[in-house]
Amino acid sequence: MSSTNRLPVHVLLIVAGVLSLFPLYWLFLTSLSPTQYVVRVPPEVVPRELTVGNYQPIVRWLVNTVVIAGVITLFHLLFDSMAGYAFAKRRFPGKDVMFWLVVSTLTVPAQVTLIPVFFILRTLGLLDTYPGVILPGLADVFGVFLMKQFIQTLPTEYEHAARVDGASEWQVYRHIIVPLSRPALAVLAIFTFQRYWNAFIFPLVILRDPAKYPVQVGLATLQGEFNTDYGMLMTGAAVAALPLIAVFFAFQRYFIEGIRIGGVKG
Amino acid sequence: MTAALRRHGWSYLFVLPTFSLFVVFTLLPVAQGLVLSLQDARVTGGSFIGLANFGTLADDPVFRQALGNTVLYATVVVAAQVTLALIVASLIQPLGTKSRVFYRALFYLPLVNSAILVAIVWRWIFNPNPFGLANATLGVFGLGPFLWIGSSDQALLAVILSAVLTVPGGGVVLYSAAMGSLPRELYEAADLEGAGPFAKWRHITVPLLRPTTLYLVVVYTILAFQIFERVYIMTNGGGPNNATITIVQLIYSTAFQFGRYGLASAMAVVLFVMAMVVAVAQFRSLRTDVEY
Repeated sequence: MSSTNRLPVHVLLIVAGVLSLFPLYWLFLTSLSPTQYVVRVPPEVVPRELTVGNYQPIVRWLVNTVVIAGVITLFHLLFDSMAGYAFAKRRFPGKDVMFWLVVSTLTVPAQVTLIPVFFILRTLGLLDTYPGVILPGLADVFGVFLMKQFIQTLPTEYEHAARVDGASEWQVYRHIIVPLSRPALAVLAIFTFQRYWNAFIFPLVILRDPAKYPVQVGLATLQGEFNTDYGMLMTGAAVAALPLIAVFFAFQRYFIEGIRIGGVKG
Repeated sequence: MTAALRRHGWSYLFVLPTFSLFVVFTLLPVAQGLVLSLQDARVTGGSFIGLANFGTLADDPVFRQALGNTVLYATVVVAAQVTLALIVASLIQPLGTKSRVFYRALFYLPLVNSAILVAIVWRWIFNPNPFGLANATLGVFGLGPFLWIGSSDQALLAVILSAVLTVPGGGVVLYSAAMGSLPRELYEAADLEGAGPFAKWRHITVPLLRPTTLYLVVVYTILAFQIFERVYIMTNGGGPNNATITIVQLIYSTAFQFGRYGLASAMAVVLFVMAMVVAVAQFRSLRTDVEY
């Protein structure tokens, strides 16, 4: 196709992209506008005056979110690569049954386990605690599947060579499998962090104390049925969006790669 | 036994952390969810009542409304998302590598944000007040103002529009990747026959992308069945006269606001079955798929 032919295509794509991005732009714009301008008629698409006064009470929720999503991600990197390695490369009795059980729950909607998990946490005395939010997050098996698929493609010769040299099974995992799995671990880290950064219904149900809320739940409580402080709400939403946008720009190719490996579910 | 343990001990150690967490927080809960759906479980306890919960649901106008809204939302949104993803990916494909990378990133960026953030913005766009962006924009053309999320007729439309008006980045990336690996020979043969670009797209590209299309339809449908955040935020959890109530919203309020855990579990089982039906349908149509 000649480049003159392509111009309308570019225009069309850019317009569609800008439309998709518009909510984001709107979010940042309003978060920086003093409240009196937020409810202006007509809405001002170009700001007249900017402020950062809306940004204070959100910080606590952000820290909570970083802790919750961060801890869950670290554990997933360790546990999923271990299990993925065992399922991909090792032979042991019960392996097929275990893997079949894991895969068979991949399509179960999370809401099915919501009420029973709530009961279990209540029994364990973990309602309204961070471990109560983190532990169920460690049970999701998407990462095991992802790591198994990747580790399967690694050549077996390195492991054999390491064992001949007297490496223990743990050393084989730690010094052969983990370094070779870095691309998959990067994808897993990004997807897991994004997923738990954005988690909503589980923390909403499990946590009571607003001081423990992750940012998504905190934001949802900011909107009242009749009175909503839009300045505050949009500000919080903008701040909550920033970290993931930064992560996206830093690790963009892993996001795209991750969709290709793991599908759109993550 | 000890010899076997010694031989396989490491394997079990590698699997143990994930698998024990999986058993406690996924496998047993799935089983317990099924059991709860057969109980009259409330905050105070409960007893086995067979399939009575499902009978209650079948007669409950609010649940029927939630089921209808969820299916309507999923049907419209999935059809729109898959079509949009296919069109955008097709437009991106003939461009150079640099443009392709740029556009994939452009369309994926909005998806990084949580459903909550997106819903907060859309709540404001579809605000009934004149300062709501949808009303302000339509007002320029002398239309409106509409009540949108404030009206039982338009609230669900606003929720559906909010989902339809965003290009689904994941679908674009998957289609784009699939298009890159289609066999060139068919296109060369079509060129020899003098086929135009649209004929080639219609008769070669679209049919060959069928596995991707099926996959996206299934994944997006299962995700759409679970719609909750948009409704919870945009319409305060159900809208006027339950206009936007969905299954997950109703599960949430039935269990955690009214303490009727058994009834809510029965709704979750209905959702589970809906997801299973879609997944099985995909599996069957993939088996009869054409090879190329």
